[in-house]
Amino acid sequence: MDASTHVAHAHPHVHEAHHEPGFLRKYVFSTDHKMIGMQYGFTALLFLAFGFFLMMLMRWQLAYSGQPIPVIGELLHSLLGDGAIGKDPTTGKLGVMSPDLYNAFGAMHGTIMVFLAIVPLAFAAFGNFVVPLQIGAVDMAFPRVNMVSYQCYFIGGVIMFASFFIPGGAARSGWTSYSPLATLAHPEFINGQTFWIIGMVFLITSSLLGAVNFIATIIQLRAPGMTWMRLPFFVWAEFVTAFLLLLAFPPLEAAAVMQLADNLLGTSFFLPSGMVVAGNPAEVSGGGSPLLWQHLFWFLGHPEVYVLILPGMGIVAEIIANNTRKPIWGYKSLVYSVFAIGFLSFIVWAHHMYLTGMGTKISTFFQTTTMIISIPSVIILTCLFISLWGGSIRFNTAMLFSLAFLPMFGIGGLTGLPLGFNFSDLHLHDTYYVIAHFHYVVAPGTIFALFAGIYFWFPKMTGRLMNEFWGKVHFILSLIFMNLVFQPMFAQGFAGMNRRMWDGGATYATADGVVGLPQSIIGMNVGISHAAWALGLAQIPFIINFFYSIWRGKKASDNPWGATTLDWQTPTPPPHGNFDKPIEVHRGPYEYSVPGHAADFTPQNEPEKHKKH
Amino acid sequence: MEIPYTVKARPDTGLFNAKVGIWLFLASEVMLFGGLFSSYIFLRVAADDSAWPHGLLNIPIGTFNTAVLITSSVTVVLAWASLKLGNFKKFRMYQSVTILCALGFLGIKSIEYKDKFTHYEIWKTNGERMTGHIEGSPWFWDTETLRQKNMQELTFHPDPKFYFTPKVKHAGGASGEEHGAKHEAVKVPVSQIKRLSAYVPAHSTYFGIYFTLTALHALHVLAGAIVIAALWGPLAKMWRTEPERFTNRIEVSGLFWHFVDLVWIFLFPVLYLL
Repeated sequence: MDASTHVAHAHPHVHEAHHEPGFLRKYVFSTDHKMIGMQYGFTALLFLAFGFFLMMLMRWQLAYSGQPIPVIGELLHSLLGDGAIGKDPTTGKLGVMSPDLYNAFGAMHGTIMVFLAIVPLAFAAFGNFVVPLQIGAVDMAFPRVNMVSYQCYFIGGVIMFASFFIPGGAARSGWTSYSPLATLAHPEFINGQTFWIIGMVFLITSSLLGAVNFIATIIQLRAPGMTWMRLPFFVWAEFVTAFLLLLAFPPLEAAAVMQLADNLLGTSFFLPSGMVVAGNPAEVSGGGSPLLWQHLFWFLGHPEVYVLILPGMGIVAEIIANNTRKPIWGYKSLVYSVFAIGFLSFIVWAHHMYLTGMGTKISTFFQTTTMIISIPSVIILTCLFISLWGGSIRFNTAMLFSLAFLPMFGIGGLTGLPLGFNFSDLHLHDTYYVIAHFHYVVAPGTIFALFAGIYFWFPKMTGRLMNEFWGKVHFILSLIFMNLVFQPMFAQGFAGMNRRMWDGGATYATADGVVGLPQSIIGMNVGISHAAWALGLAQIPFIINFFYSIWRGKKASDNPWGATTLDWQTPTPPPHGNFDKPIEVHRGPYEYSVPGHAADFTPQNEPEKHKKH
Repeated sequence: MEIPYTVKARPDTGLFNAKVGIWLFLASEVMLFGGLFSSYIFLRVAADDSAWPHGLLNIPIGTFNTAVLITSSVTVVLAWASLKLGNFKKFRMYQSVTILCALGFLGIKSIEYKDKFTHYEIWKTNGERMTGHIEGSPWFWDTETLRQKNMQELTFHPDPKFYFTPKVKHAGGASGEEHGAKHEAVKVPVSQIKRLSAYVPAHSTYFGIYFTLTALHALHVLAGAIVIAALWGPLAKMWRTEPERFTNRIEVSGLFWHFVDLVWIFLFPVLYLL
């Protein structure tokens, strides 16, 4: 008896899936890795848009503090109620954002972008679709676990989304949910923070199941001949990312359980002794430690940064190799570097906590490890830059986004160094400089890599190409406005503008030359906001192009980019089971322009010819 | 479509898929409990002497429960070995012992929990502290309960032995090693009570982390017991169609069970003895 018999027993429908699966089985309760990848992709893109929308509203508040939100102000009022959206005292017009709502949007923008948009898109969507194809597997190792993983993610997302509409609104203690604020900021018993924690537990479960599945798949299901050093770099990136998720998330789950107990059972894990709330001594046992939450949170939080960036690097490496038509420079260095990053990312977390007074010795340790982790990151970026050297580069949309990724991520990475040093971080901590730094890593960094990946793998997913002209329009406008949004924030941060002020710093405004925030710095808020809204408009060509191309795009061949990796050696779109013939791998992942070959690419599954010299 | 290595091991890794999966899952579980154990250390190191209780848990019962779990660890291996030898009857016999041990453990743990929920500590306004039981052994009372019930006086049976470190000034009748201490009820005016708490998570960070760790562990015991029971009962028919695959499942569930036992092996000394 073999495995397929059992699967057929447990799930008679799976067997029928070979013929004509029903709608639910095919699109909703699918166990096929490609469909699950696309489910992840669609859901994550929706959350990406939603997180972006929250940001656009926050930018209104920062630029035009206290003025009613135009166009949708009344709609927001009817959705969120009096407590969240108020009236303009002079004109009586509805639509003024309350400070609490601004805080909720800030917390949820971060949460949604990190946990519901970028990670699911980068790790789960591309990983699910591409990894089994690239290693020559028929599916993931545990298809049903894969389905449950997506469902947990979806439920977690729904809980987070629903929290906006409960009494008191969504969580508003920052995406980091620092205690004791997270315990004390919400007067209701069941509140946004409760929803946030429960939602996080679902998301953590989802990524745990996904991580187990990815690692097991990559270890067990590589096709014959697919040795470790023949894996495409994207698979390596996913492999290390999965380990980060597997090992870094559980301590946050532990912390979430403890914070839930603090909020609901009256424990004091994160509440110190002698705490005074609103003038009265808090009726709790005390003895807890706010620092403990920060340690547990950032133990996840820092590896999470690499969860955000590593899949992006993998995507960019694939696209650069393909469009320079030459092998990646320093494949082994890339692989070892990604492992070094994976390991080191577990021992740098407290560089987020220099200001907590945890002690100079601890700060020194984490400052040292933080500087060390920049080395493998620089190696990766350098390898990718050198890969361009001497290539005959094809500038299609995917390649343009990948090329832009390099300097954008470079800016993000290099501006991180002053934050990694204890002494300079004391000045920059919690300012807009930090916002600019990590957004350069994630927004024009990872998101550009994700756009590149979408343009690149779209033909494999749908069988059609996206429009190149509108793709390039999307690229140019995104590149310009991304920089116009984030570049001024460095200046604001240097001037000391705090990142969490709902009035955009107006409270600290002074005349130029006096200590405080000069008007020139506060005035940048308007320009940034306009650039942010323009960035939103710049996504319209992408959205139209995306949906138009699904049904009406130019038909694509099985291997439109002339790529070497196995994901392009399948029928398009790949059927259930992926490959129409048994796959055997004979060579490394990037054999482009091999001398003596007729074509300028040699697929991994092409057998060696007789070696006669 | 057929996923390879679901039953047979892949030659170069020597593992079938589910075994890779369960080890990865356990790695993640180590980090989950590791996070909580680290929190325990962090909280305890930060606490001053008087704030960290000692000796509040029943060591003989804890020891007995440890023995119960270790027994189940043995039988779970014997059950798997029986399957490997093709003896399904013996497998069922051993696995039923495993399930009984799991249920026994949970039963004993619930009794321990119940004892804590009816055991109280009073912090008096003059700085004294006393522990004991409230007349009628109610569950889960706290300071708020006294206010709601509008009580003037609390009938309290102090413990003959007071467990806290002796630096704390505590009420008469409940002092340290005093022999043959009075065990009779005292009346405590509510006006003198600053805080009242049962031995629940809100009592102190010690009980907070104790209940978090042991409840999470108990959930794992329960989950393991359900899986083992399902493989003992409804899922056991796979033995007739795919014996090798069934044996693999028993192995995987056994690995999880060993992990659950191992967590307790750490929990017991940390919470009961140290």
